[in-house]
Amino acid sequence: MGFSNWSKTVVVEEEDHISLTRKMAALTISSSTLGGFTFDNCKRNGFLEAKANELGCHLPAARKTGTTICGIVFKDGIVLGADTRATEGMIVADKNCSKIHYISPNIYCCGAGTAADTEMTTQMISSNLELHALSTGRRPRVATANRMFKQMLFRYQGYIGAALVLGGVDCNGPHLYSIYPHGSTDKLPYVTMGSGSLAAMAVFEDRYKPGMEEKEAKALVRDAIAAGIFNDLGSGSNIDLCVITADKVDYIRPHDQANKKGSRTGDYKYKRGTTGVLTKVVTPLNLDVVEESVQTMDTS
Amino acid sequence: MNSLARLGELSGSLDSFRPWVPSWRRQATRLGWSPSPSPSRSRTAAGHRRSMASEEFQRTPMVTGTSVLAVKFTGGVIMAADMLGSYGSLARFRNISRLMKVNNSTILGASGDYADYQYLKHVIEQMVIDEELVGDGHNYSPKAMHSWLTRVMYNRRCRMNPLWNTVVIGGFYHGQSFLGYVDKLGVAYEAPSVATGFGAYLAQPLMRDALENKPELSKEEARQLIDRCLKVLYYRDARSYNRYEIAVVTEDGVEIVGPLSSETNWDIANLVSGFE
Repeated sequence: MGFSNWSKTVVVEEEDHISLTRKMAALTISSSTLGGFTFDNCKRNGFLEAKANELGCHLPAARKTGTTICGIVFKDGIVLGADTRATEGMIVADKNCSKIHYISPNIYCCGAGTAADTEMTTQMISSNLELHALSTGRRPRVATANRMFKQMLFRYQGYIGAALVLGGVDCNGPHLYSIYPHGSTDKLPYVTMGSGSLAAMAVFEDRYKPGMEEKEAKALVRDAIAAGIFNDLGSGSNIDLCVITADKVDYIRPHDQANKKGSRTGDYKYKRGTTGVLTKVVTPLNLDVVEESVQTMDTS
Repeated sequence: MNSLARLGELSGSLDSFRPWVPSWRRQATRLGWSPSPSPSRSRTAAGHRRSMASEEFQRTPMVTGTSVLAVKFTGGVIMAADMLGSYGSLARFRNISRLMKVNNSTILGASGDYADYQYLKHVIEQMVIDEELVGDGHNYSPKAMHSWLTRVMYNRRCRMNPLWNTVVIGGFYHGQSFLGYVDKLGVAYEAPSVATGFGAYLAQPLMRDALENKPELSKEEARQLIDRCLKVLYYRDARSYNRYEIAVVTEDGVEIVGPLSSETNWDIANLVSGFE
């Protein structure tokens, strides 16, 4: 019922309800036996968007993280870093969002791209990985999480706009992956993603060395994210860090408040006594109550 | 000979016919400027703008150069550009110079279309010769060059026929370092560090960080900074090349060093195996 009303007003003006349902039934019978991907809805979505734009209403812009995220492998494990700005077009939607997501106690994942996509995807894989770990009886491996991510993202052919930096330490040592929205992955000693990735990568290419100490590694990641924050408009605010080693995880949020809000230096309020009082005369007004009535407000 | 005269290029035999024209007008005409059409002439009898057909927006650039980097230091400016002329994704010309000496106090580097740079170079060289022939002891200052170039580029952009270049002008004049940037749109500014093309994304963060920690760099520090930036660009810019030139302008004049190469480190290749 609801569908036919909607289709009458937006898509089709002349056709009546009965012929439409007959067509709908015909559609469902013919497409069920074909394998592979079906992109029928894409055409419909494109049409609907064009129609909406014609009427003057625009679909809401996806909130992107417009980010700088990065990760490196150091001597004892992984350091992941991220900025904390979430943008909606040209506006900062969230000044202090968290882009380093929990996957499992030994695996964390930074997400860039569409905020909803990174959030839901990481939660989904985290949940599946926990079930998988309970089933195997072992600590989950980073390669497993990587495989789960890429198989899901490829299935959606890039429509899920999630660009991820996945890092963790498992029984085989530290591992670091970058995962792209279309489902390709790279296994590298240092990776950056997001709009500020070039700035961060410049810092890595300049100063990365294999087998760094934890302090040096944290400083390098902090500098890479800072380069993204100060040279890319899509990144900003603070720097979050996550240090993962074989025995512990340090989720440092914030590691560096690179953009603290300034405090006001002056005040327009004048202190009592600024204007000198010469004389003061107090005259009480003696008023008698003549009539008192109560009128209730109509708050229904 | 006729076409040359029409373009306004200096041609000795025509001197006797040429009336006196202020030098700014002569230079501008050389670069393709013509006085704005009067209202009556801007439309044909049919009422259409005739100029549209002949003055189309210039097509895409052909042979291009990638980033130019430059940074100020105490006592001068250092500029660098690699020596590659790309033909799309083909590394076609591997030994071209994209830096030029304007005069003893100014250097110029260009990225973008190489043909437009060659034309600009020709015009500027001629201008410098004219200036020297005047012989009044004055030369073009870097600021003057930058200002002139801004006007030219913006004017070309307004006539929908740009010089498809991003130009960096560096100089040392009257004890002050100068570093300016001019775009094909006429966007122009001065800054302590400047980078065009991919350099803006990869090298500028490194240069700005160094300058923030130490606003007054020495010549050696500036040179090291540029070398680091060129190395990063060679690693990460797909249209770069490991052969570059460096131009330094100081009180003593201009020195163009090259060709040079970066030392690259591919040790991380041992850490990479497969993609999962």
